[in-house]
Amino acid sequence: MISLQNIEKVYRTTNIETLALNNISLDIAKGEFLSVMGPSGCGKSTLLNIMGLLDAPSRGQIKISDQTTDNLNDKQLAKFRNQKLGFIFQSYHLINDLQVLDNVELPLLYRDTTAKERRQLAAEALEKVGLSNRMKHFPTQLSGGQRQRVAIARAIVGRPEIILADEPTGNLDSAMGNEIMEILLQLNQNDGTTIVMVTHDEHMAQKTHRLVRLFDGSQVL
Amino acid sequence: MLKNYFKIAIAVLRRRKFFTFISLFGISFTLTILMVATAFIDKVVNDDYPDKKRDRSLYISHMEMAGKDAMNSAGLSFGFLDHYVGRMKTPVAVAISSNFNATNTYVNNRKIVINYKYTNAAYWDVLEYKFLEGKAFSKQQVANAERVTVISEDMKKEYFGDDTGPVVGKYLEADNVKYRICGVVKNIPITCYSFYADIYLPYTVSKNDFGNYNNYMGDFNGVILAKNTADVPKMKREFDAIIPKLPIPDKQYNKIYSHADTYLEGYVRTGNETKSGILYVTLALSLFALFVMLLPTLNLVNINVTRIMERSSEIGVRKAFGASSQTLVYQFIVENLILTFLGGLIGVVLSLIAMYFINNARLIANLELTLNFTVLGYALAICIFFGLFSGVYPAWRMSKLNVVTALKAQ
Repeated sequence: MISLQNIEKVYRTTNIETLALNNISLDIAKGEFLSVMGPSGCGKSTLLNIMGLLDAPSRGQIKISDQTTDNLNDKQLAKFRNQKLGFIFQSYHLINDLQVLDNVELPLLYRDTTAKERRQLAAEALEKVGLSNRMKHFPTQLSGGQRQRVAIARAIVGRPEIILADEPTGNLDSAMGNEIMEILLQLNQNDGTTIVMVTHDEHMAQKTHRLVRLFDGSQVL
Repeated sequence: MLKNYFKIAIAVLRRRKFFTFISLFGISFTLTILMVATAFIDKVVNDDYPDKKRDRSLYISHMEMAGKDAMNSAGLSFGFLDHYVGRMKTPVAVAISSNFNATNTYVNNRKIVINYKYTNAAYWDVLEYKFLEGKAFSKQQVANAERVTVISEDMKKEYFGDDTGPVVGKYLEADNVKYRICGVVKNIPITCYSFYADIYLPYTVSKNDFGNYNNYMGDFNGVILAKNTADVPKMKREFDAIIPKLPIPDKQYNKIYSHADTYLEGYVRTGNETKSGILYVTLALSLFALFVMLLPTLNLVNINVTRIMERSSEIGVRKAFGASSQTLVYQFIVENLILTFLGGLIGVVLSLIAMYFINNARLIANLELTLNFTVLGYALAICIFFGLFSGVYPAWRMSKLNVVTALKAQ
């Protein structure tokens, strides 16, 4: 599903070169739930951003659904992300000015859909995460766990094949964290969605199919 | 999609009420100034009462004699207009009238200032005054130097009182002479200075001698009317041909200038006899408008750039979920246009209020400012100018934000 070959990421400032990712090769199968662990600053998030086509590698190649991505322009990349990928962030990144339903609809705005279809799909996604009764609320009126569930609904509303989650439980207490993890596991099991999750939490990582560990930009496990 | 943009735009506006107020105030206030100014210019330049035949008229109002060390510039004499212009072949009629002059008269111990103007009979054919009562004086009456007058609606009210009946046939006294009123016309604002007066008199009742056409300069101006618009250039050429042939009356001069101008050329003539003033006036007006608009535009650019930083999370999310840079630019410009149109709407309301007060304060006699389609059209153009200019640069900066950086910012 996702194939990384010899990925390298270098950050350059005028006099310092930092190697964030060093020659990473990774194959993730369809339907796999993979977790990435490692100490802070080891390049986990950079790796996830590169998989999500939000950041370009300095060297190496990414294939997603057998399609190489290095020659896509801004518009094509945007479309590709819209169709194939869903994102979940540690700090939710919901738009506070919009109601929950409008937040969930967001990815569909960049597709050819009618307002009615968008409403319906967003309502379905919210039902999946158990927030049907919060559609007209604003994000600031929700708890952290609920916000992350809205973010999950937004990530799945476009039915992407892959979900990339950057410490989705990082801001939550363990009970809420478990709830979120449960939803992700169900998505993976019931819908066959491929999930890559960056986490600090050993306990969460244990529940996934495979664990990759990074240290100073290199894969150690 | 548009509905969504609208939602977010309104939400963003409501979030920062103070910024929104400053932006809206800047836009609507600027727009009010520009709209009142446009309404004023539109009224002065485009209102074609009473010269409805503008497209086939040329206006002669000025002459300049220049020599090496001397220059003299003034209006025209009746004699010049009657003798030289009156004999031109292309015009079908030549309206001649003096500039207006003021005189005082007393009614019931109350002083009234009367602006009077002398005209010939053709004046009433060329110009289409709206007669509320009676009619203009005839050629015969002019020839006979009858003491008759056409007065304005305002003069009627001032002289005879507010609720008087018809006044045709009654007498009005000015400069110790009694004139019989033969007609009452609708008011003209003083800004339309070529045709404005309180009372109009046959030129023959004036004490001046009008036969002398060797003195070209005087207090009069003329409007020459062509048969149709196609004849206007021909008429202009014919007039231009007359001027160099005029005998120069004084040795200190070697050149005479005078022009038969179209309405606009005549209105903006700056005193430079060799060039039309249209370019200067357009330039000056555009510069004025530009400066007035520059401040709120810069202010908006500034506020917009700040707003981007506030919204970096949203930008990051939108990009991650499939918005291309182009889509984001479009969204932001639409949002900004919504803001400016909101400001525009407030500006229209403010303009209406401002015009109401200006009209009621009677700062300029008979000038009635209105918000017509021309003015609204300009307002719309100004709004689009605001929206685009203050939106494009911030939008461009926003779209260039890197997703990862944008998401990290919060």
